[in-house]
Amino acid sequence: MNGLRNLYFTLIGLFLALPLIVVAGVSVNEKQTLAFPPKSFSLSWYGEIFLNPEWRNALLASLTLAACSAAVAVAIALPLAWFLWRRVAPWANIFQLLGVAPFTLPPVITALGLLTFWATTGFYGQPWTAVVSHAIFFVTLPLVTLSLGFTAIDRSLVEAAATMGADDKTIFRTVVLPLILPYIVSGYAFAFVLSLNEYIVAYMTVGFTMETLPIKIFNALRYGYTPTMASVTILFVATAAVIFSLVARFGDLPKLLGAMAADDK
Amino acid sequence: MRREKPQKLLDYAPIVFPAAMLIVFFVIPFATMIAVSFFQREQAGFYTPAFQFANYERFLSLFFANVLGFSLMLAIAVAICCVLLALPFTYLLARMSRKAQIVWLVALLSVLSLSEVIIGFAWSTLLSRTAGITNLLVAAGIMTEAKALLPSFGAVLTGMVYQAFPYTVLVLYPAIVRLDPTLTEAARTLGASPLKAFFTVVVPALRNTITATLIMVFIFALGSYLLPQLLGRPQHWTLSVLITDQAIYQSNMPFAAAMAVFLVLVTLGLVALTVIAGRKGEAA
Repeated sequence: MNGLRNLYFTLIGLFLALPLIVVAGVSVNEKQTLAFPPKSFSLSWYGEIFLNPEWRNALLASLTLAACSAAVAVAIALPLAWFLWRRVAPWANIFQLLGVAPFTLPPVITALGLLTFWATTGFYGQPWTAVVSHAIFFVTLPLVTLSLGFTAIDRSLVEAAATMGADDKTIFRTVVLPLILPYIVSGYAFAFVLSLNEYIVAYMTVGFTMETLPIKIFNALRYGYTPTMASVTILFVATAAVIFSLVARFGDLPKLLGAMAADDK
Repeated sequence: MRREKPQKLLDYAPIVFPAAMLIVFFVIPFATMIAVSFFQREQAGFYTPAFQFANYERFLSLFFANVLGFSLMLAIAVAICCVLLALPFTYLLARMSRKAQIVWLVALLSVLSLSEVIIGFAWSTLLSRTAGITNLLVAAGIMTEAKALLPSFGAVLTGMVYQAFPYTVLVLYPAIVRLDPTLTEAARTLGASPLKAFFTVVVPALRNTITATLIMVFIFALGSYLLPQLLGRPQHWTLSVLITDQAIYQSNMPFAAAMAVFLVLVTLGLVALTVIAGRKGEAA
C-alpha cells in the first residue's frame, strides 16, 4: 500500500513539476532558442528581467499593483470581519456574501462588470482603477482568513478588557490586533500573490495603458518566443513558493486551508 | 464580551468603508453590466440606453449553441478528471505527517496561484516540438521523431486539469481532514482491504462533498480564459474567450454583457445546487 501511495504521489508530483522543470531548463539556454535539454548554460535571461526596461517596468507595475491592491483588500476585509464578529447584525452578512462573490464567479464576469463601470464613469485606463478592481476581486482571501482568525479569539479576553474600562478602540488596538495580526499577514500574502499573477481583470481594466507582467508575457507570446518569459515564470513560481512557505512557517497553514475552503462553499 | 446589537450610530462606523467599497465597486458595476446587456449597440463601438432582448436572441444561433455546449462539456470533463485524480490524493495526503502535508500544501498553493498565462506558456513549451516531452521519448528510443502535441483538445484539457487540480485538492482537503479516522479503522478491523475500505466507506461518506466539489471545479473551469487560446484551436474557444473577444476586439459591449449575464445565471444555478447538496449532507 505504501509503495502504491508513493508511486501515486510521485506521478502527481511529476505532473505538477514537469512543465516547470522544462521551463526552468529553457530559461538557462544561452541563445534565444526554445530548446530542452538546454544547449548551453547562462543566467543572462534572469538579468534581462531587471535590465530590459520593458520587462522591468512590467515587473514594477505588477509589484506596485499587487502591494497596493492587497492593502486595499485587507482594509476592506478587516473592519468588515471585525464588525461581523463584534456585533449581532444579520443584515450585515450580505456584505460577507458580496465579499466572497467576485472570487466565486468566473473571473471574466467581474472583469466585464468593472470594465463597463470604468468606461461609464470615464475613468477607464487609469492605473488606480486596476488597484481598486484587484482589491474587490481578491477581497475574498483576507475576508476568509480574517473571519477564521476572529473565531479563534477567546471572547473572555475582550470581555476582561471591557470590564476594566477599555472602549472599543482600545480593545481593538491592544487586544484584538495582536491576536489577529498573523491572519492579516496571511490574508495579505494570499491577495498579493494572486494579484501578481492575475491576467483577465487587469487586462480588461488597464490592458491598453499599462502592462503588468502577465499581460506582458501574453503580449510577448503573440510575437513569438523570448527566453525572458521562461525566466519570469521561474521567478514567479519561486516567489509564490517563498511567500507560502513563510505563511506556513509563521502560521498554521493546514488550519488556514481547512477553514478557507470550508468557508468558500 | 458578548456580541450585541449596534446601539449608537458610532457602532456602525467599522462597516461603512467596506460596505461602501463593495457596493460602489461590485454591486454597481454588476448592475451596470446587466443594464448594458439590454442596450442598443452603435456602430463605432458605443452603445445607447435601450431595452431590447436582441443581444440575448443572438444566443439562439447554432454557433453560440456550439460554443456553449463545448464550454460546458470541457468544464465537466475537467471537473471529473480533477476529482478522480484529487480524491485519492487528498485522502492519502490527509494521512501523512503534518510536515509532509505542509510541503505539499505549499507546492499546491504555488501552482494554484500561477497565472493562466504562465501555465499556458509552460504547457505549450512542454508539448512543443523543439523543447517538448517528445524529445525525451525520442531519447529513450520510444519515438523516432519529436513532434508538437498542440494545438489540440488534449492539450487544452491537460492544461486546465493542471490549473484546477490544486484547487480541487484544497476544496476537498477540509472535509477529508475532518473525516473520522475510526470509520476506516472499523472497516479494516472487519477485514476490508485498504482499497475496499476506501471505496466502500470513505467515498460514500464523502458523497455530498464530492458532488459539491465537482460543481465548484466545474465553475472554476468555466472561468478559464487563456488556456483554450494558448493550447487549442479556435473551435476549442470557450464562452469566456468569446465574451472577452466581443468586449475588447469586436467592441460589442452589449452582446458581451448579455453573454456574461447568461454565464452568471448558469453559475448561480449551480451554486444553488451546491448549497442544496450541502444542506442534505448536514441533515444526513
